Amino acid sequence: MKVKNRLKRREFMWLAASAVAIGSSISCGEVVSPWRSLTTDEADSLASLCNQIIPEDQDLGAASADVVNYIDVQLSSRLKRMKKVYRSGIAQLNDLSFERYGKKFISLSDQQQVEFLTAIDRDKAWKETTLHKFFRIVVDHTMQGFYGDPRHGGNRNRASWAMLNLPYPPIRGRFHGDANATNNSKVS
Amino acid sequence: MAAKNVNAVVIGAGAGGGIVAKELAEAGLTVLLLERGKWNTPFDDLKDDLRNQRVSVLGAPFGPDDERNPRVVVDAPGRERIVLPSDSEMEYNNNAACVGGGTVSYGAMAWRYMEQDFRMRSTYGSVEGSTLDDWPISYQDLEPYYEKAEWEIGVSGDDSNNIFRAPRKRPLPMPPLPPNREYTILKPAAQRLGFHPFDIPMLRNSVPYGGRVPCMRCRWCVGFACEVNAKNGTQNTVIPKALVTGNCELKTDCMTKEILTDARGRATGVAYYDENDHLQEQTVDIVVVSCGANESARLLLNSKSSLFPNGLGNRYDWVGRNLQGHAYTGACGLFDFEVYDDIGPGASIAICDFNHGNPGLVSGGMLANEFIRLPIEFVGQDQPVVKDWGREHKDFMRQWFKRSIVVYGPVQEMPVFDARVQVDPVVKDHWGIPVCRLSGRRHTNDIHVAEFLSTKAEEWLKEAGAIKTWPQLPDSRLSGGQHQAGTCRMGNDPKTSVVNKDCQVHDVDNLFVIDASVHVTNGGFNPVLTIMANAYRASDILVRNWKGTKFR
Repeated sequence: MKVKNRLKRREFMWLAASAVAIGSSISCGEVVSPWRSLTTDEADSLASLCNQIIPEDQDLGAASADVVNYIDVQLSSRLKRMKKVYRSGIAQLNDLSFERYGKKFISLSDQQQVEFLTAIDRDKAWKETTLHKFFRIVVDHTMQGFYGDPRHGGNRNRASWAMLNLPYPPIRGRFHGDANATNNSKVS
Repeated sequence: MAAKNVNAVVIGAGAGGGIVAKELAEAGLTVLLLERGKWNTPFDDLKDDLRNQRVSVLGAPFGPDDERNPRVVVDAPGRERIVLPSDSEMEYNNNAACVGGGTVSYGAMAWRYMEQDFRMRSTYGSVEGSTLDDWPISYQDLEPYYEKAEWEIGVSGDDSNNIFRAPRKRPLPMPPLPPNREYTILKPAAQRLGFHPFDIPMLRNSVPYGGRVPCMRCRWCVGFACEVNAKNGTQNTVIPKALVTGNCELKTDCMTKEILTDARGRATGVAYYDENDHLQEQTVDIVVVSCGANESARLLLNSKSSLFPNGLGNRYDWVGRNLQGHAYTGACGLFDFEVYDDIGPGASIAICDFNHGNPGLVSGGMLANEFIRLPIEFVGQDQPVVKDWGREHKDFMRQWFKRSIVVYGPVQEMPVFDARVQVDPVVKDHWGIPVCRLSGRRHTNDIHVAEFLSTKAEEWLKEAGAIKTWPQLPDSRLSGGQHQAGTCRMGNDPKTSVVNKDCQVHDVDNLFVIDASVHVTNGGFNPVLTIMANAYRASDILVRNWKGTKFR
């Protein structure tokens, strides 16, 4: 999956300046994840998981509609407390996939992924497991990222609303609100 | 620090408190109106599909905030958990916390309860496992005040075709909004079935009224503030009127800690944390509690003293009991043609054929088409039909989002003594005040009635042309939510109620509870107009008594 550079230029310049100031204390060899909360591997696994929840077809799927970005943003802000759940959930998904199919989740065929997730979601044996619970959490968050407001990092270009043929009407007050949204970190 | 004495402190600027503040201020009393939330303008609402009072996964914009306001929920097996406002609106029992309270972001249905709704015990007899009772007042006592609320706050609609309605002296001040597509589909179907459909009364401008414009019919309605201020709440009607009298001071961001009493058992003031979290004391002549059923009970229970060791009004352990809301029931129907016209508020047509007189059942409820929905709110509707993720889900959304109607309604619940608000012995909020501890469940009767009403909803949808329908039923978890009521029951007997019919706490002459807490039963309707009417009625009595005695 293509990963955009998520730093604005000004922020990047500021970071670069700080890095220089701090000097040698930063190792230059490490690969830094472009995500806020997830590692690159985790983000890739999550992308293929989300893409089974909202698959790609004539309309955008979850991954190309920036659902992973939505989840990543939330995990670094509002849902910080769920970071561990994601970390262990994704690890468990890959472990069990390896146990069952000899491959990581991301390398399974489309059919295998659906079969695996359907079992986790629907089979009685899975109902009380942490993986089942994790999967239901990801379903919820994927729906939020896909159908929710684009200002939270998902639903790229209002893809889901376009899919449902719902125009986005320009209404007085809406743009006023959107302008404020960027610096609306304060909780009312 | 003690501030200058005021005549009345009204705690909570919602549907009830806003009206009380205005009525008292206009009668010449000096009033301090305390609100724990903020005064939002219509422009503060970002029309955010994930952050509104209905879908609060990213927070509740009209409060309360997650950071400072935990609650404890005890589930049926007795496990307790801390919940936050955004965790799950149903579990937390959230109502808004801001100037206007729930009336800022509500759907604004403006129902008068029916005559039987005030005489439930007389109508149905006693019900096992329920504290069902009659109100100490009748519909006739409230009728003039219903009218006052309809005209002063502003209601549009037309219930003249509702043959079940209680008699009214004056029609509604505004005509209904023009019909949307769901209305035109559902109305003839209801008539063919012998139902009596009519235009839902709503606290919403259909024509210019009260100096504000009519509804612009957008998609972001229930759960949001109105951008053009066409939704009528206390924040844009009575509260500004209270302020222009010059007698009322509104203080926002003020969290009330407790009501103070003296050795004679009279309320002498309130202690509250101001916007800088400094503890303030205000001396008063009378105190009016209007915080909503959860928080009103909490405040009374937290106001302990040697005379009132279990909290104010709680001599017989009735404060916080009988917590009710509404068990929402109905059905979803799929059509082979488009029914979604993107015209808000969506909810437009209702029937009251099944509020009472349902064979073999106690109570009932109104049925109406649901408010216009956003895509995120349609997610999950597919659960009974197809897998709720994957290709099936995506196909379902594409195929049915614009081809489905939900008919829905509130079941009048049976009050349950053990469905209750307590204060938690351990967990405290940001200010160190013990939080609400919620426990209990719904009465089984609510579920039976819900099942019955959902079959009627399915019948209506099928007659309207639905090719597939399925019921949407409530579970037995504790009720409450935005329609929270019942925790400070109004009654004549001090042993089985908290306030008398004037909304005056039995034990404390100068302490009043004026909000949905006093509802004995909560009707098969959205309760807000009844809260407003009762607030006008109680204020009227209060002012008359004030002029005679000043409660000294």
